[in-house]
Amino acid sequence: MGNPDRVDALASTAISSPASGQVANPRPDPVPPLDPVPPLDVERLRKDFPALHQEVNGHPLVYLDNAATSQKPVQVLDAIRRYYEADNANVHRGIHELSRRATEAYEGARQRVARFLGVGDPAEIIWTRGTTEGINLVAASWGGANLGPGDEILLSDMEHHSNLVPWQLIARRTGAALRFLDVTDQGTLRLEQVDEILAGGRVRLAALTQVSNALGTMNPIREIADRVHAAGALLLVDGAQGAAHAPVDVHALGADFYAFSGHKLCGPTGIGVLWGRRELLEAMPPYMGGGEMISLVERDMSTWAPLPHTFEAGTPNIAGAIGMAAAVDYLEGVGPAAILAHEQSLVAYALAQLRELPGIRLFGPEEASDRAGVVSFLLGDAHPHDISTILDAEGVAIRAGHHCTQLLMRRYGVAATARASFYLYNTREEVDRLVRSLETVRTLFA
Amino acid sequence: MTTDVQLSSLYQHLILDHYRKPRNKGELQEATADVHMRNPTCGDEIRLQLQVEDGVISDVRFQGEGCSISQAAASMMTALVKGAPVADALGIASRFTAMMHGDPEAAGDRTLKDLRALAGVARFPVRVKCALLGFDALQEAVKQAAGPDAGT
Repeated sequence: MGNPDRVDALASTAISSPASGQVANPRPDPVPPLDPVPPLDVERLRKDFPALHQEVNGHPLVYLDNAATSQKPVQVLDAIRRYYEADNANVHRGIHELSRRATEAYEGARQRVARFLGVGDPAEIIWTRGTTEGINLVAASWGGANLGPGDEILLSDMEHHSNLVPWQLIARRTGAALRFLDVTDQGTLRLEQVDEILAGGRVRLAALTQVSNALGTMNPIREIADRVHAAGALLLVDGAQGAAHAPVDVHALGADFYAFSGHKLCGPTGIGVLWGRRELLEAMPPYMGGGEMISLVERDMSTWAPLPHTFEAGTPNIAGAIGMAAAVDYLEGVGPAAILAHEQSLVAYALAQLRELPGIRLFGPEEASDRAGVVSFLLGDAHPHDISTILDAEGVAIRAGHHCTQLLMRRYGVAATARASFYLYNTREEVDRLVRSLETVRTLFA
Repeated sequence: MTTDVQLSSLYQHLILDHYRKPRNKGELQEATADVHMRNPTCGDEIRLQLQVEDGVISDVRFQGEGCSISQAAASMMTALVKGAPVADALGIASRFTAMMHGDPEAAGDRTLKDLRALAGVARFPVRVKCALLGFDALQEAVKQAAGPDAGT
């Protein structure tokens, strides 16, 4: 994987500021050294996903909306069902047997997810409702305590609204300013701007997505992390798309905070994780108050429970955590590196066919090796909603709209795009179905 | 279940004609009502301006961006309400809304003219809000033209 010419091109922009003193590592990674990965046995994997086996509008379902949410394997569904059927109780409270079992499963899930992220200390794993809550937590708690007038937060034009609006809110409250990296025509970040903006000495934190949900671009997070740290700032990585599609090691990535969701990686909705370095989390004030997060409570003051419970007020989503751990088990059983390789081969296959369609406009990096499994496009003067309706009539599910990335849509001068996004269970035959249905769009809009 | 026939009826010639050659598209220099509406879930947008004189919509213009259904419906709507008394325009809005909710009687109403081409949208529930965007703007604009004391 990886196109050497492209890597060189990125490297030359990366070292445009000699002042950074950093050795550029331009790989859109950090994917750990990849042994050649055996191809996925997709036909076998598909059997694990009951929702894939149905007809939609008289056609076998082709589910290509995985960047919105993934389907769930029976292993995850069974784990949740087993918990509710056998162990359901509140955690950390009861002295009885079921509560002990529930607590064990819930804390076991935390340890499991810690291992998935390459984290040694499970107390650094905070359960959230999803990526959005994790980012809001850091913005409100860390930002509220650390930002003031004159400070800057570094974002980019390819951020999902969940990694933009929380920063707008805290900037308004604290007087801090937002700075943005532009996006190139090829759908990559303009890396030379990182040094320009950091050189001002005002950036306290950069919050950037690992993988663009609208374009599929995999950002060179490690390289950016080194520059951000050299400038004395912190890095939050939005892993909503990243964690689902490639191996993650938050330390190798150079992140200080990492937020992601369960539902995009075969887990349930309503559960996610915020990871943060312990010394950062320990210095942050609570985000929400309530049960579970306290130690001693008096009339006018309380003291906080230690990490991770400081940030987990109220009865948590116990079944969600257990389901997410089962999802992580499933993904690691399949092999995250193999999943990425599979997605990239589908992207390459799709791009080659889509480029042949008259009237197609493609967004994002040209090389499949620079993307996770996302293809965004327009076709003639058919609006993406019309494309999506026509595809749905033939059983093909894609996303149409602004993908919660209005800054990016504006950057490309479009209101919306159509987006097909692949996962471990998608096949080349399904890409063929996508392309055939796009021919129907061309016929109807001829 | 969606069939090919339903799909062809959804994207028939008349609808694509209004989508590609929208009627009354543009801006009024003077307007008694000026409404901007947006469907935040999908990004469809419309700006609708009315000139109302003595209870009659003497002129109308719209600008917008969005799918073929939302833009064609807005175009057809303006063609129909231009020159019509406000009360008639509201009548059209309510019959069209009924048609979008599957009322067969409304679908047979010849006074809806080109708008009847959109009858097929009723079979695509997620697209009904696209077709209604222009009419939501019309109702809002009529309220605005009537002034703040209207109806009290």
